[in-house]
Amino acid sequence: MPLTLATTFILVHDPDAALGFYRDALGLEVRMDVSSEGFRWVTVGAPGQDVSIVLSQPHGGRTQVEGDELLSLVTRGTFQAAIFRTDDLDATFEKVKASGAEILEEPTNQPWGVRDCAVRDPSGNLVRIQASAQ
Amino acid sequence: MTVSRLKMTDLESLRRAKDFIDREYAASLDISAMARTALMSPAHFSRSFREAYGETPYSYLMTRRIERAKAFLREGMSVSDACLAVGCTSLGSFSSRFRELVGMTPSQYRARDHRGFEAIPSCVSMLATRPRRPSIPA
Repeated sequence: MPLTLATTFILVHDPDAALGFYRDALGLEVRMDVSSEGFRWVTVGAPGQDVSIVLSQPHGGRTQVEGDELLSLVTRGTFQAAIFRTDDLDATFEKVKASGAEILEEPTNQPWGVRDCAVRDPSGNLVRIQASAQ
Repeated sequence: MTVSRLKMTDLESLRRAKDFIDREYAASLDISAMARTALMSPAHFSRSFREAYGETPYSYLMTRRIERAKAFLREGMSVSDACLAVGCTSLGSFSSRFRELVGMTPSQYRARDHRGFEAIPSCVSMLATRPRRPSIPA
């Protein structure tokens, strides 16, 4: 079997705020929610897609110094990004916008051929959502 | 760590201001307009922004403008149109900043072969082609 992606990680400062975005606005399903030592690891994924995203806190399982540095990078908006794909970009965008997410770019036909929008998750991570190819 | 002196709420405000600059680069932005998005006084904003991102807000704005100008020039736009399109009013200062950041004049850059960039999504090429300036010592 060829190699496939199983799990990837997104650092978030607040798991509940992250659920408001990734579960309630984007529509991902929650597959696991583990608490340990005061931190949470929430596994989400797109229904029907066998790829998991673990939403975890910068300080979970790390030293204070490491956690502080990661949280600072996430908050400054320079650390990581994710690109999602959907059949109905405009409806998804309206839902994300209504959730109060910061909007970076409304749905736009990009010169390289895709239509997408850009927002920030509640922690400051860049999230782009693109329309599936018709 | 210099960043630890800034509170997380400050970093959030600074990120909003940076996103605002990224979005509104073509408008005639001054420091007060940028500072307002961060809910800070202009002096505090400039100092904090530089601490968080390693360059002053104005310098960041110009870096963003030159990055966008590079994209327009790759698409074949004329140098003077690219200058205006990114919000620069003086061709002279645009060209000298371009040269300082990119290492060649806008016309030299425009004349180069850019086919390698066609396959890259612009959010990636934005980072890949963003001019880098050495960080300013605090």
